[in-house]
Amino acid sequence: MSLLEARDITKKFGGLAAVSNLSFNVNKGEILGVIGPNGSGKTTVFNCISRFFPLTSGELYFKDQRIDELPAHKICDIGIGRTFQVVKPLKRMSVEENVMAGAFLRTSSMHKARLKANEIIEFCGLEKYKYREAKSLPIPLRKRLEIARSLATDPELLLLDETCAGLNPKESEEAIALIRKIRDAGMTIIIVEHIMKVMMGISDRILAINFGSMIAFGSPQEVSNHPEVIRAYLGDAYA
Amino acid sequence: MELFGQTVICGVLLGGMYALIAIGMTLIMGVMKIVNLAHGALVMVGMYVTYVCFTEFGIDPYIGMFIAMPVLFLIGCLIQKYMINRLVEVDSILPENQVLLTVGIMLVLTEVMRLGFKSDYRSVVTGYSSNTVFIGGMSISIAMFIGFFIAMGFTLLLHLFLSKTDIGKSIRAVAQDRDAAVYMGVNSSKITMLTFGIGAALAAAGGSLLLPLFYLWPDIGHLFTAKSFIITILGGMGSTLGAAIGGIVLGIAESLGATYISMGYKDLVGLVIFLLVLLFLPGGFRSLVRRS
Amino acid sequence: MKNFNLALKILLVVIAVILPLVIKAPYQLHIIILIFIWAIIGTSWNLLGGYTGQVSFGHAAFFGVGAYAAGLLQFHLGVSPWWGMLLGPFAAMVISLPIGLIAFRLRGPYFALAMLALGEIFRLLFINLAFTNGAKGILIMPEITSKMFYYYVGLSALALTIGITYLIVHSKIGFYLVSIREDQDAATSLGIPTTLYKNLALLPSAFFTGLAGALYMNYVAFIDPNIVFNLSNISVMAIMVVMLGGVATTWGPTVGAAIYIILGEVFRTTLGSANVLVFGVLVCLIILFLPNGIVGELDMLRGFLARKKEGAAGGVKI
Repeated sequence: MSLLEARDITKKFGGLAAVSNLSFNVNKGEILGVIGPNGSGKTTVFNCISRFFPLTSGELYFKDQRIDELPAHKICDIGIGRTFQVVKPLKRMSVEENVMAGAFLRTSSMHKARLKANEIIEFCGLEKYKYREAKSLPIPLRKRLEIARSLATDPELLLLDETCAGLNPKESEEAIALIRKIRDAGMTIIIVEHIMKVMMGISDRILAINFGSMIAFGSPQEVSNHPEVIRAYLGDAYA
Repeated sequence: MELFGQTVICGVLLGGMYALIAIGMTLIMGVMKIVNLAHGALVMVGMYVTYVCFTEFGIDPYIGMFIAMPVLFLIGCLIQKYMINRLVEVDSILPENQVLLTVGIMLVLTEVMRLGFKSDYRSVVTGYSSNTVFIGGMSISIAMFIGFFIAMGFTLLLHLFLSKTDIGKSIRAVAQDRDAAVYMGVNSSKITMLTFGIGAALAAAGGSLLLPLFYLWPDIGHLFTAKSFIITILGGMGSTLGAAIGGIVLGIAESLGATYISMGYKDLVGLVIFLLVLLFLPGGFRSLVRRS
Repeated sequence: MKNFNLALKILLVVIAVILPLVIKAPYQLHIIILIFIWAIIGTSWNLLGGYTGQVSFGHAAFFGVGAYAAGLLQFHLGVSPWWGMLLGPFAAMVISLPIGLIAFRLRGPYFALAMLALGEIFRLLFINLAFTNGAKGILIMPEITSKMFYYYVGLSALALTIGITYLIVHSKIGFYLVSIREDQDAATSLGIPTTLYKNLALLPSAFFTGLAGALYMNYVAFIDPNIVFNLSNISVMAIMVVMLGGVATTWGPTVGAAIYIILGEVFRTTLGSANVLVFGVLVCLIILFLPNGIVGELDMLRGFLARKKEGAAGGVKI
């Protein structure tokens, strides 16, 4: 069953189409990887799904409910959580408070929110930093905090934007381990990532886009052997 | 009809001088992203410098302004370097405390002038102050004409400075994206200091040009701060040309308002227009041009 | 430590209650009553400005409407202006609805400027309307002249304001408000309807500012639009009080109000015409060296010693 379905979504900035006529679906329980060179429209796709930008045309369905006309904050409410490529921690709040801010979506009780937050902080391995202010965290932990905060809203679908960008190999491995752990807990994930190796190992299916249009969609093997993908990444000589 | 024509022309002339003051503010707002509530006070200080030159040394205001400008340039640089810039580095919950600092600076400048000159209304009377020219039955003050053309001259010079010189280009670069400008090797703290200085100097120039037309007292600054805001919002933050157009529009609106709307509601109409522009034309008049 | 804090608070309350029995001098009581009024305004402003990050330059609108609600009751209907203590806050809240609708469409400096314009619009309206008696203002004959009475009314109003604000800040709403201040996009991504919550901060903020206005009308007995809708003496001072005392702290606005009123009085009586100048210099120095206000910086110092584990969002100070 497909959890999220995009039908011919298009997003134009002025005359420039950042995303054009893109259709794809995400099945429940899978990890869908979105790849593409810089500026190919990956983050724009996320921003369209999470309603940070209105679509120029096309339709988005989540659990067969149309979502492209909902206000941005409702998207999280119906079960789609997201992280940001450029992390946006709530700087002057502690790690615990950041995660609580997410947990409050499903409860109004301070006590329940704190319990939930602590559970998630432990799940994400952030216990040591629980009382640290978010602005004092290094980048890898800030990225982890973004994930934790968004998990606290109990999403069914999680949109991860460049979770490994800017991390060293060891840190990325830890991040990937966390993503796997989240998937094993039953979450559906769409992940945007630059590093092909990461994507090949973790994704069930991959959507490759360039100039806002789909160039390949399928299993990691299919996509990585697709001539268009090779051309987009390595240039014509290798295609 | 003559009344209407005279009203509009006076508005345009006055607006040109307002524009010069507002360009100072829009430069500062564009580059530093702060609301400078001390801007009118800088205008006021500039006016006093020109006033003193006139009364003590008999220097004509149109020459005195060339003394007021460097003085205010210096004051502006010092304020930026030793006060506002310090706040950029401190971590505070509300970045708006910079605004409050400018309120403090405004208080200090106003009160220093009050200590020196009392709250008396002062004015400059030159040989030509009351002279007017007649164009087809409309009488227009000479001082307005001179002021307008000097103001437009400065606007043009500034425009050239910003578009042709290295420093001007650096100022525009910092206004657009401070980080990117720094990566390109722009010394952003020097540029912000210069910008504040230039903004203050333009405020002084505008004030000096208006000196033959306005009474001067320490609290006149508020008036100019308010006008500069309106013009800045009308013209779009950080745009020289926008501010020039915004100034003229405000000048016309004001003088039409003074002639045709009752005094009491005049300011109200201005504020409502201000709000509407803020809401529906967030980039000022420029967004109109872009849309079409 | 917790017991000590509690003891300190009880002691403060006891002092506040018995103070007018000790200080009987009307002048001193007058100063304290003014502090109460300003502490209420500051605490209200702080909810919207300090916690939610929406810096309003137009709180004079709520103060003025609160004051006029009380004054006009007497002026038009001959009803005791004390009923204004009820009507004023609600009137302020009612006008905050359209104000929020307009101003919250904007962010950052544009929001600040819109609020500034809205505050001025109210001033000009009240000057020009016949219903409000124009620029002549409203003079009432106070029924009660005992300073001690006003002291207790002011104290209760302040206690109510601080109490309600404290409850709001230390709840889910408070977390959401601080989240909006820290990063509006992140807040949206967590499912927070940001405009709704900004309005939820504005409503009580307007309510209590209106309460302060109504109290002012009753106490001072004379208002005119240029006094109660004043940009620099009300709207900007509201910000000043909070920034002096401590942004996003429970006691900051009260501390700021005390400093502002007391120093203002001291300067006025000792420095003569230079008093505003010295005040301006002081404002500059405090912002430069204590950018988060006196209470804010104190807590930061204390925070190095023992990081608090409880409380509300954003290390909100108790």
